[in-house]
Amino acid sequence: MDLITSILNSLPGAVAQGLIWGIMAIGLYITFKILNVSDLTVDGSLCTGGAVCVVMLTSGYGMVESLICSVLAGMLCGLATGIFHTVMGIPAILAGILTQLALYSVNLKILGKANQAINASKYDLLVTIRNVKNVPLFENSILISAIAVLLIVVLLYWFFGTSLGCSLRATGSNLNMSRAQGINTKITTVLGLMVSNGLVALSGAFLAQFNGYADVSMGRGAIVTGLAAIIIGGAVFGKISSNFGFRLITAALGGVIYWIVYQVIICIGLDADLLKLLSALVVAVFLAVPYLKSEYFSKSKVRKAGAHNA
Amino acid sequence: MLELKGIYKAFNPGTVNEKVALNEVSLKLNEGDFVTIIGGNGAGKSTMLNAIAGAWKVDFGSIIIDGVDVTKMPEHKRAKYLGRVFQDPMMGTAPEMEIQENMALAIRRGKPRGLGWGITKKEKEFFKKELTKLDLGLESRMTSKVGLLSGGQRQALTLLMASMQKPKVLLLDEHTAALDPKTAAKVLELSDQIISENNLTAMMVTHNMNDAIKHGNRLIMMHEGKIIFDVSGEEKKNLTIDELLQKFTQSSGEEFANDRALLASR
Repeated sequence: MDLITSILNSLPGAVAQGLIWGIMAIGLYITFKILNVSDLTVDGSLCTGGAVCVVMLTSGYGMVESLICSVLAGMLCGLATGIFHTVMGIPAILAGILTQLALYSVNLKILGKANQAINASKYDLLVTIRNVKNVPLFENSILISAIAVLLIVVLLYWFFGTSLGCSLRATGSNLNMSRAQGINTKITTVLGLMVSNGLVALSGAFLAQFNGYADVSMGRGAIVTGLAAIIIGGAVFGKISSNFGFRLITAALGGVIYWIVYQVIICIGLDADLLKLLSALVVAVFLAVPYLKSEYFSKSKVRKAGAHNA
Repeated sequence: MLELKGIYKAFNPGTVNEKVALNEVSLKLNEGDFVTIIGGNGAGKSTMLNAIAGAWKVDFGSIIIDGVDVTKMPEHKRAKYLGRVFQDPMMGTAPEMEIQENMALAIRRGKPRGLGWGITKKEKEFFKKELTKLDLGLESRMTSKVGLLSGGQRQALTLLMASMQKPKVLLLDEHTAALDPKTAAKVLELSDQIISENNLTAMMVTHNMNDAIKHGNRLIMMHEGKIIFDVSGEEKKNLTIDELLQKFTQSSGEEFANDRALLASR
């Protein structure tokens, strides 16, 4: 009985936390699924967003300005990776790792120390762990996070329906074709990285407020958590619809499931230190499934395209 | 319409693998010219098309399309003058996007891509009409992902996309080579139709000597990065495969060594 009570008690927090990570997962979806790039910048830009937000709020700036600056800072991180990748020709993964490493120093400088707290009773925060139950509906962090997710989905749904958004999707789908159709694929790639990291930083800004602090290591392994959310969401809800907006929502819902499972595991008494190991394994297994399927479980395939090699 | 002035390209220069792919090629196409290009493996046929498209920059020489010197222009900027269909049916379309979305990308070639809608209602109607012309039943599958189409369907769609926004030059790089004979014939017929209807200037690389003779108003034979034979008009119409092979031996001093071209022709 105690176990169930403690799980139920921690559930609202997990849902809010999951929705906030859902914003991050949606950002990651843009690079991972649409641009077809594995962008490791996010491990750094998540913290950058949190750091900028906390430092600005504690310096007396308003919530809107702080959030906007967080997003802009995240977009700058994406721009850096984009320039490493497209202008300097560094492979995307390495470009992301370089930016991520550089951001560790940058984030420390923004925060001034490794951990900067922000007190929810002193500042009027948008979301906080205190406001997940027994509060008026419109102060509830779950609702606020859910509205943020929906707004982002609507905005992205519009953006990827525009000419510019379509050229971004084409870039991820077929680089050759995109160039042949006159798309400057360097610009679209950089733009995608910027939008993605802007969202990741926004997620960081929410997360820092929710937890009551920004920590220089808060983004460690964020990409794995984000991928886990995308994969879980896709596996659970993917069959329902292939609509783009719905796909984005499933990524966010995947984040929610991830954090609920996380809470359950903690309530059961499993060592929380093992959780990153567990997430990495789960993501590895899911990423391997398509390959293993085609390698070991498919019927013999006739190679069509290779038959006419010149 | 298109002018190549002594274009030269060497791959891996300064190494043991150095290969002069284009050796000062000069060529002038008039408006409405449909040139077929044949030659052995490594003759420089596809390289010439890639040079025109701007896949990389030529070492020297210049490329002029409709009076504009594009020699130093990046690939995506040149695209507004060019329609391209590749050998690999997978290369010309975005598999994760819908048929109509692919067409919408193509109709915006050479135009700014901003925050206006990526596809409009009017465009959808226009695409439907264009697809109906292909006679492949694609007009009823406009929202299907292109990845679900067969190679021949994708190649036909790519052809349509390449010609919808009337290009100055249409580049067909062995675009039927990866298709089965029946589909290849259909796509070729379609190419003919689209080129003549729109009075396009076109270049078609092919391994099939029959096709090279049958289609177009001009034929070019390449060997070791050079144009060794250039024939047009009546003379081209009356060519036979044996004459072509003879020409090749005469001009190059070698036997025509390309089993595929020979097998496909007999």
